[in-house]
Amino acid sequence: MGEVVADLTVREIARAAETVLGQPVVLTPATDIARDLAVDSLALMNIVMELEDKFDLSIPLDRMALVQTVGDLASLIDELRTKA
Amino acid sequence: MGLLQKHLGQLEAYSGIRRAGADPFQVAFDAVLSPTEGLINGKRVILLGTNNYLGLTFDQESVEASVEAVRRWGTGTTGSRIANGSYGAHTQLEQSLASFYGRKHAMVFTTGYQANLGVLSALVGRGDHLILDADSHASIYDGARLGHAEVIRFRHNDPEDLYKRLRRLEGQPGDRLIVVEGIYSMMGDVAPLREMVEVKKETGAYLLVDEAHSMGVLGEKGRGLAEAAGVEEDVDFIVGTFSKSLGAIGGFCVSDADDFDILRVVSRPYMFTASLPPAVVASTLKSLEKVEADGALRAQLMANAERLHAGLNALGFTTGPKASPIVAVVMPDLPTALSMWNGLLAGGVYLNLALPPATPNNRPLLRSSVSAAHTPEQIDEVLAIFEWVGREFGVLPSLDQRAAG
Ligand SMILES: Cc1ncc(COP(=O)(O)O)c(C=O)c1O
Repeated sequence: MGEVVADLTVREIARAAETVLGQPVVLTPATDIARDLAVDSLALMNIVMELEDKFDLSIPLDRMALVQTVGDLASLIDELRTKA
Repeated sequence: MGLLQKHLGQLEAYSGIRRAGADPFQVAFDAVLSPTEGLINGKRVILLGTNNYLGLTFDQESVEASVEAVRRWGTGTTGSRIANGSYGAHTQLEQSLASFYGRKHAMVFTTGYQANLGVLSALVGRGDHLILDADSHASIYDGARLGHAEVIRFRHNDPEDLYKRLRRLEGQPGDRLIVVEGIYSMMGDVAPLREMVEVKKETGAYLLVDEAHSMGVLGEKGRGLAEAAGVEEDVDFIVGTFSKSLGAIGGFCVSDADDFDILRVVSRPYMFTASLPPAVVASTLKSLEKVEADGALRAQLMANAERLHAGLNALGFTTGPKASPIVAVVMPDLPTALSMWNGLLAGGVYLNLALPPATPNNRPLLRSSVSAAHTPEQIDEVLAIFEWVGREFGVLPSLDQRAAG
């Protein structure tokens, strides 16, 4: 079950990244956001803003410090969702 | 390379920029002739990127006040105010700022950057929420990082988005502090402050406005956007700088908040850095008097801004929608921006090359800031050079093309 949730979250992250970057994006939980996606800190913050709207929750920027991969981001979102 | 290896990406980008011509981030002036003219490599250039909105850097009385202060009080304070004490002028400047804004309290910092660090990190802490406009200045982002509040961004100048994000926090404990700027430093656009005040009231948040670029520029008395929008009572904290319209250096915060002075012993960017030198405080005091007394300077500034903005748009350049003392020309890509910037400099116009991620929408900008001290002739000269360089580098259609089309 957890796997399925994470999968859906990863798909939403891809969609948010496409919106912000304006190009098709392929990613997996192992994708390193800065290195593999060449996403700078500003683009990442904008992706976070898209995801906040998608999931209707707050993702505080300070929580992003430990996020390196798409999987990290998906787990953070799933954690925030179960809390909300 | 060693430790600096991690900056390889930036190093390559920077080298590319330098190969295109002069180094936009290390322009060296042989001389500054006036608030609007400088010498670079022996060539006279019009200064169009200095944030010297009222042209007060060479104001005779401010200069004299500075000279007198340096003779009487020496060149520096050599320490922070909590360690080395305050000079009379520090306290006097704080009183003058409080009275200028009609507030109970004022506190002076060594730069505007540090004012944001010092105020944001101390006003909200663990369990509180800091709500920032997405296009906030770096000092606001860095202030957010220095503190321990939860940081949320809202879409630039969008009160509905702000409201939505505050609503999501409903039920969570902690204070909320909204941070916006009076005039945004890149595009020169202005926050919809009245609408934001409505949101603030409805959600029980506090509101801080950084008037760095709007102090001395907006409002009948020059108090900035809060004055111009008629909402000063609903703005809880105002932060600003002496480095723009006041022509010096330094930052401040004013407020009516009870116990405001506790910030002096909890705000690290206030406590652990040396205070402003007496000469700077003296010229700032003088310039503040001018800002208060001389509405004609603001009128001249706005007239110049409109002349430049209208002229650039008439030529066919893409700028922000409204005239403002900051006029940014949007460039299609980095190579064009570099060519244009170098062409303008060679032609005798110095302005700022602003690059993503510091710019909105990932577009490079040629950012200019107008001064009340520019003459209409200087603005027209700038426009003529802009036209010539714009045609040269294909940002504007060349004249033959136009004739043919
Ligand atoms: C919005 C904003 N806040 C603060 C600052 C920092 O001002 P200072 O030059 O006094 O450090 C700036 C200046 O660049 C600014 O644009």
